Amino acid sequence: MKLKKNIATSESGFIFNPATGDSFSANPLAADILARVKDGQDAAAIKADILEHYDVAPGQLEKDWDDLLAQLREFNLLD
Amino acid sequence: MKQPYERPTIRKLTAGALNKFGPRAGARPVTALDGVLVEELVARFGSPLFVLSERQLRRSYQAAMRAFGTRYPQVQLAWSYKTNYLNAVCRTFHQEGAWAEVVSGMELEKALLNGVPGPHILFNGPGKRRSDLERACAVGAVIHLDNADELHLLLDVAAGRAVRPRVALRVNLDAGIVPQWDRFGFNLENGEAWQALGRIVASGKLELVGLHCHIGTYVLQAAAYGAAAAKLAALALRCQRELHTTIQYLDLGGGFPSTNTLKGAYLPATDTVPSLDEYAEAIAGALLGAGFGSGELPVLVLEAGRALVDDAGSLIGTVLANKRLADGRRATILDFGVNLLFTSFWYDHHISPTREFSNQTEPTVLYGPLCMNIDMLRESIALPLLAPGDTVVVHKVGAYNMSQWQQFINLRPNVVMLDQAGQVHLIRAAETLAYLQQLEQVPPHLRA
Repeated sequence: MKLKKNIATSESGFIFNPATGDSFSANPLAADILARVKDGQDAAAIKADILEHYDVAPGQLEKDWDDLLAQLREFNLLD
Repeated sequence: MKQPYERPTIRKLTAGALNKFGPRAGARPVTALDGVLVEELVARFGSPLFVLSERQLRRSYQAAMRAFGTRYPQVQLAWSYKTNYLNAVCRTFHQEGAWAEVVSGMELEKALLNGVPGPHILFNGPGKRRSDLERACAVGAVIHLDNADELHLLLDVAAGRAVRPRVALRVNLDAGIVPQWDRFGFNLENGEAWQALGRIVASGKLELVGLHCHIGTYVLQAAAYGAAAAKLAALALRCQRELHTTIQYLDLGGGFPSTNTLKGAYLPATDTVPSLDEYAEAIAGALLGAGFGSGELPVLVLEAGRALVDDAGSLIGTVLANKRLADGRRATILDFGVNLLFTSFWYDHHISPTREFSNQTEPTVLYGPLCMNIDMLRESIALPLLAPGDTVVVHKVGAYNMSQWQQFINLRPNVVMLDQAGQVHLIRAAETLAYLQQLEQVPPHLRA
């Protein structure tokens, strides 16, 4: 997963694409994931951390991770 | 201890016109129905599951009687069987004092088996067979005549009977609503109804006791009922004057809406549907001012269905899967579809989760489990981030769903009634494959 360089994110989950003017709202976990991605953490490390701290099965997290990628792709936020 | 998990999601923000109307955003969880936990109901009776509240059935009936009975001296409700003919529902209304309004031979038999005396059964419907008319005559049900062929058929059936069958004439009329329903009964404005009334009285074979009209369904204009009542009252007075026949009752039919929101409506029905008091005011006002003599007011009969039963029914279902559509929209597949929730073709049903979620919602398309493209329950609904296994409650599903449901692809589920003491009663067991196949026969050459 690699966000486009110009995408602005905030801790509260607000996302802004200055190229298109589109804005988005991420829920807390999605905001946390995007912040880590921007920090350069890789997917495996982020997922391991989520599994350690959240009440979720690995299979469910994988499905939801793929769904998040699909949303980011649909919203044209990925490189 | 680990933190509660909610799947990561992103929602595009769209600017739109502000609207100060409408319900609170977000879905409030409904964890119990009449005090019984949804979780317990699903554990005992499975999912999907129809749940009927006896308390609400009685409350709705009593509210309707109060609305009309405080404005008009003689009111009789006749429970519309087709709206929900599960015996437990019918018997609850009959206990409250309702007669039966039936529209087929099958419904007539059901009403009789539910203990309704024949004279308290009003037999409507446009498709009565000779055998239906013979049965109705035998038990003394009141036959609401729909068309000239039926009138002549009944005259034939009535010939030679010791007791004249009691009849009412179904009348269609212009009550000021569009489209005008003219498929049921004889038209008033073109003189057809008067001609039929004359023939009934002149025959000497039938006892004319009532006039009936049914101006539509989910009628939102209370004034239309006032107009219809005034026209029926005028017709009754003309019967008295010119045919020397006293009309004992005027039946204004049904068609009163519930507070389900119709598809395409801008505002929720809870904000726009008139109360039953407004309908009662319009009807009672018209009848009381029509010119009946002292002590000669006809009984007002109403065939309310949806308005009495819709609020009392709920449908519990379970999320089977989530998926994302080609355009990025979220879709959720539930374990019930249009096979059970027929009214989702008409309504944007209110649907609640059954546990607490965060305030995060996502516009979601709701599908049923049928492998059919038409199986869509909501085109777009803001729901929390439901996961497979989560349950939901669809509200106000008591009308039509438990009579128009289809055995299609899936079997029909359990139906329970919650009594006023909080006890749960199974009132229709879930169908089985054996039940489904018991009427089938396989030709000998296909048995091997």
